Amino acid sequence: MKKHIISIISFTIISLTCLSQPGADEILKKVEKNMSSDNRVFESVMTIHGNRTSRTITSRTWSVGDKRSFTEYLSPAREQGTKMLKLENQLWIYSPSTDRTIQISGHMLRQSVMGSDLSYEDMMDDRKLTDVYTSVVSGEEVIDSRRSYILDLTAKVTDAAYHSRKMWIDSERFVPLREELFAKSGQLLKRTNLSDVKQIEGRWFPETVIYKDILKQGGGTEFKITSIKFNQKIPEYIFTKAALKQ
Amino acid sequence: MIKFLLKGLIRDKSRSRLPVIVVATGVMLTVLMHAYIKGLMGDTIEMNARFSNGHVKVMTKAYAENMNQTPNDLALIGTAKMLSNLKNQFPEMEWAQRIQFGGLIDAPDENGETKAQGPALGIGLDLLTAGTKETFRLNLTNSLVRGKMPENKGEVLLSEGLSQKLSVNPGDKVTFIGSTMNGSMTVFNFSVAGTLSFGNEILDKGAIIVDIEDVRNALDMSDATGEILGFFQNGFYDDESAINTSEKFNSAYSGNPDEFAPVMKSLSQQGSMGQYVAMSEYWVNYIAFVFIIAMSLVLWNAGLLGGLRRYGEVGIRLAMGEEKGQVYRTMIFESVIIGLAGSLIGTFLGLFFAWLIQKYGIDISGLMKGSSIMMPSIIRARITPADYYLGFIPGLISTVLGTMLSGIGIYKRQTARLFKELEA
Repeated sequence: MKKHIISIISFTIISLTCLSQPGADEILKKVEKNMSSDNRVFESVMTIHGNRTSRTITSRTWSVGDKRSFTEYLSPAREQGTKMLKLENQLWIYSPSTDRTIQISGHMLRQSVMGSDLSYEDMMDDRKLTDVYTSVVSGEEVIDSRRSYILDLTAKVTDAAYHSRKMWIDSERFVPLREELFAKSGQLLKRTNLSDVKQIEGRWFPETVIYKDILKQGGGTEFKITSIKFNQKIPEYIFTKAALKQ
Repeated sequence: MIKFLLKGLIRDKSRSRLPVIVVATGVMLTVLMHAYIKGLMGDTIEMNARFSNGHVKVMTKAYAENMNQTPNDLALIGTAKMLSNLKNQFPEMEWAQRIQFGGLIDAPDENGETKAQGPALGIGLDLLTAGTKETFRLNLTNSLVRGKMPENKGEVLLSEGLSQKLSVNPGDKVTFIGSTMNGSMTVFNFSVAGTLSFGNEILDKGAIIVDIEDVRNALDMSDATGEILGFFQNGFYDDESAINTSEKFNSAYSGNPDEFAPVMKSLSQQGSMGQYVAMSEYWVNYIAFVFIIAMSLVLWNAGLLGGLRRYGEVGIRLAMGEEKGQVYRTMIFESVIIGLAGSLIGTFLGLFFAWLIQKYGIDISGLMKGSSIMMPSIIRARITPADYYLGFIPGLISTVLGTMLSGIGIYKRQTARLFKELEA
């Protein structure tokens, strides 16, 4: 009898634990709810820690959903006035010194953005994670004193930039705290650490992201959002090629 | 006795003039051929040296490890000071800064939109400084197909193949798209000054030649350069000297663990060039050896015939009572004098003609049209220390050996038969 009671209690605890842990897709949807918005306008400081020097680049970005974004680089002097327009799966860069608008395509998408640890391809991959990857919760871990779910994501489409991902999601705020991106061979390609999570306009949002391209030398790239506003009125003309030359 | 023999040789022209002319001609050809082959075989090495390897090359240690990828993010920084130090430490060498880079050349249409695009392999070098030797080193003026050499900043030379692919002509604008030293994308406008044909498929397909200051601006490489190439002033690669120079330079940085510390490598220490240098040396020696053997046989034969031709004279001398050994020795002494005189004259003439070819070269540009091999349009000889003594092998040794062999007959002749031979 006593054995039966212990078994029932154990089963109940395990069941409750499992029931209390949301499924991987549900976690990802909650993450997207935090991270996505109809539109946003933000200013950022990107510090690229190279082998010998560090460079800081500031920019202002307007974006609508995940499909359209426009970035204007504000400093340093060499990059000032450079503009980048992303529409769906197309990307253009305007260089003021040459007055030329160049479309980035093909192998050029694999180049790094301003010498950072981020590639244009990373910027272009705007599909929802649930559309590209099948995911499972593989465990839990404490990251920066925050209990996190560990999600293993495997690509279910052939054109995914990374074959698999491992994400650590804050179990309360549903914000990614760490991410690792892998090639099909299992080789770790990139690691991302997200921090300074703040509540902005009712959503939890990480203000600092540190990207590290494992295959690249240097100390990684620190991307810090200095100001961000969600659901703003953004003029339509901004997302046109004509806006690049203005 | 030598004085007596000399008098005899000078007075009897048939014993001196013709043999000396024959020996001198053979020696001259030997010296000239050796210098010519040395120059010809060395030209491929020199071409690689001029385009990419230098006789020595200074890079950072990290750059040297990935040299084939020309990683400009690992380039040398503070090159003005380094160049000055190199000039002071090695004044016997000429130094040139180079930046090799890759990217896309984009040709715009009248609306500024992309008309055509193609990959480009760029070389940044000093084109605009007065008295620059880089134009000469890469034989750019002679390689010009259309247009002119760059005279102002922002002007570029395109390979003829690339210009045709992009449908651009001298005077047109093109945009270079590539990566800066920091890995950032860069877009830079150039004006096409002219087009070039190098006679090499890779270069003719997509090479661009730009002034190094423009490359620095485009690639954000202020006071930086990928490589500093060193060239011996005589224009010829000397492996031993290059290795010594490298060792001397590197000894100052041997304890420096910094991966961006400079390192100097001789041409033979760069990639597969060492193997090529060794192979080239082997082939030069092999060809020279075969030629010397052939020339030795000719002169040995001449010495042999010279000895046999004097069969009658030797017979009279023996009949008159001169000792066989005495006759044999005088013939050998005479051949030594002939060999020495011929070798000296031949070596002098050979060196003179080799010097002419070394200085002025033989223009074979007419034969190079349509060639897909990267070869110089002017072939030059190269005088090396070996040329000063090499001619004495066939000139002196072979002549004397020929005489010694023909003279053996002296000991076989019977005095009793001499008069019968003379009567006949």
